[in-house]
Amino acid sequence: MNGVPLAAFIGLSLFMFSTGVVGVILRRNPIVIFMCIELMLNAVNLAFIAFARYRFSGIGNESQGAAGQMMVVFIMAVAAAEVAVGLGIIMAIYRLKENIDVDELNLLKG
Amino acid sequence: MTITPELIVFGMLAGMAALSAVGVVAFKNAVRSALCLVFTFFILGFLYFALNAEMLGITQIVVYTGAIMVLFLFVIMLLNLGASHVLEEKSDPKKAVGIAFGVSLAALLASQVVPLLLKFKAPIPTKEFGSPQVIGKVLFTDYVLPFEAVSVLLLLGVVGSVLLAKRRMS
Repeated sequence: MNGVPLAAFIGLSLFMFSTGVVGVILRRNPIVIFMCIELMLNAVNLAFIAFARYRFSGIGNESQGAAGQMMVVFIMAVAAAEVAVGLGIIMAIYRLKENIDVDELNLLKG
Repeated sequence: MTITPELIVFGMLAGMAALSAVGVVAFKNAVRSALCLVFTFFILGFLYFALNAEMLGITQIVVYTGAIMVLFLFVIMLLNLGASHVLEEKSDPKKAVGIAFGVSLAALLASQVVPLLLKFKAPIPTKEFGSPQVIGKVLFTDYVLPFEAVSVLLLLGVVGSVLLAKRRMS
């Protein structure tokens, strides 16, 4: 990808992140909200890898060249744990209330 | 700026990723949103390959399009959220505000960041950039402490989700 400027990748990453933010604001289905959070995490991953490739891939220092990719590995692991727990919570709420509309859930209201 | 073949390939991939990202938000049916998300993740895997991060491209396809999306679809099927009458999306003024907020967020960030990055070109990558050998070596030397922390986190995630999803026996 020598002919593509870094701005193109970061622009795509920004667009995906904003789409995820809009989805979290707009949608009422908690599973779709989770998907939008995944979208935002992936936008950040793309930005990490793009910066790693454009700024640190030419130098010989391998630990510096791999730093951005390490962040992506850890973000993926955290996202996997988050999805598993989050979907478990949604299942538990569905059992309790038979309704998972986020606008109507007020169990934590004092 | 000249139009290079790489730019055309990137434009096609980025266009597909952006369109299906919009589809995730726009489709009323949760199953269609999930399939759009699978497609976005798949295209992102290709973009990682294009950025010479082969190891992460493979991980992306295996972890996201393989594992996480199966989890999503499984829960959608289990809760029968695919039926469109389950959650009718009402039209309310919040939506216009949300879209305006998203557009202004994207415009603000892009206007601040993108012009600075237009001149950056990719250097010739060293042969080991993104290879499994280097990732593994760095993961087990410089990043061994975060690696162990992540393993504890994943174990907690497994135990926690089992506890949450278990039926209460009374």
